[in-house]
Amino acid sequence: MSLRITLATTRRIVTQLRHDRRTVALMVLVPTLVMILLYYVMDDERAFGRWAPILLCVFPFLVMFLITSIATLRERTSGTLERLMAMPLGRLDLLLGYGLAFGLAACVQVALALAVSLTWLGLDLPGPLWPLVLVALLNALLGTALGLLCSAFARTEFQAVQFMPIVMIPQILLGGILVPRAQMATLLEWISNVLPMSYAIEAMAHAVADTDPGGEFWRDVVVVAGSAVLALLLGAATLRRRTS
Amino acid sequence: MDPAIVVRDLRVSRGGVEVLHGLTFAVPRGQVTGLLGPSGCGKTTLMRAIVGVQVVGDGEVTVLGEPAGSAGLRRRIGYSTQSPAVYRDLTVLENLRYFAAVLGAPKDDPERVLAEVGLADAAHQLASTLSGGQLGRAGLAVALLGRPEVLVLDEPTVGLDPVLRQELWTLFHRLAEGGVTILVSSHVMDEAARCERLIVLREGEILADDTPDGLRAHTRTTDLEEAFLRLIEERAAA
Repeated sequence: MSLRITLATTRRIVTQLRHDRRTVALMVLVPTLVMILLYYVMDDERAFGRWAPILLCVFPFLVMFLITSIATLRERTSGTLERLMAMPLGRLDLLLGYGLAFGLAACVQVALALAVSLTWLGLDLPGPLWPLVLVALLNALLGTALGLLCSAFARTEFQAVQFMPIVMIPQILLGGILVPRAQMATLLEWISNVLPMSYAIEAMAHAVADTDPGGEFWRDVVVVAGSAVLALLLGAATLRRRTS
Repeated sequence: MDPAIVVRDLRVSRGGVEVLHGLTFAVPRGQVTGLLGPSGCGKTTLMRAIVGVQVVGDGEVTVLGEPAGSAGLRRRIGYSTQSPAVYRDLTVLENLRYFAAVLGAPKDDPERVLAEVGLADAAHQLASTLSGGQLGRAGLAVALLGRPEVLVLDEPTVGLDPVLRQELWTLFHRLAEGGVTILVSSHVMDEAARCERLIVLREGEILADDTPDGLRAHTRTTDLEEAFLRLIEERAAA
């Protein structure tokens, strides 16, 4: 693996995004627009304060998952992946290149949604801002990593987008948003315990509510980061130099 | 001098069907070798095996003295696929700059290879807006980055007008004179005459491995298309 190649890959992906302004606009604006919509639908500062962090959790994950799975699927089907595999590019160069590029995109996305929420929409944080940003970015990275992994199991873009609900909806249902995790049937709670989003949502709740996020926050952060690394490594295993 | 590429008893299966049935041949250094045969005869699979991106069932493929697919070969082989593997949402130059960075090629290499394939005018065009022929040349340009010692080119002249085709063949010969080994596939027989050596492939087997003159003499015809037909008849009779 080489830093030069990783950064060249990041630059290439950012350039691809630059040529596709509509995707960038959708990526950056949609979470903020949904946030504004949520504010007016709730019409209640307390309820908004409870739901806003969940959206800040779900959106970076969702968008990065979708974009990465389509982008890497294209890379696989257009032959550019095969070309890169015949060149001195390490598999991690490619994966980290994607992670960095889409991580940057996630930064912009989260920054705008947060700025609007904290000013116009009056979201109130008792503690510092950085825990919230950290969790949102980790979620974006997790989305990128899982998107890479899932793209290996899709042959077409139609199949790739269908992975989104499979990966997303169970994590939201079991993540403790609708029903607290402790109230679920034992089996469901076990499943919930192994889904990274459960920890992401919990971490986000701490980030928003605590004045000084402590041990539990860090445990959740480590779990989410660990899941992202695991998904990235599994994704790397699906990239093969030789194919049949 | 050792041959650039040595293939021994190469067997490859795709989707449970054997498509290459134990091929053995060598590709000499510093020459243009044509890999000829109809569509579906296994040319692309063979080229993928040489580049080291194909899962191989049995046999050996050695390139420049190293097993195909070795990490050390990845800078020394240039490969262009039949459907041009470039990013359609980047300009031609952006594509070349990226691949040049991956290869660690000199900074001015993208401009050099663009001029070599005659695509300098389209440097700032998005790849998605190129014609089929231009796209093919963009893919070829990527293969030329970093001055590789071996070039494996899968149907590089498809869809080009005769003038461009002539120019590319001149380029191939110029590179070969400079010591580059070129393996170029084609399903068009009239291109065979431009090669110094020919490997004729049909249904995953080698029909002939000869010079164009040797092939004409062996089949007692001056026309290479006719020679191909006679080779098939000869094989059927045997």
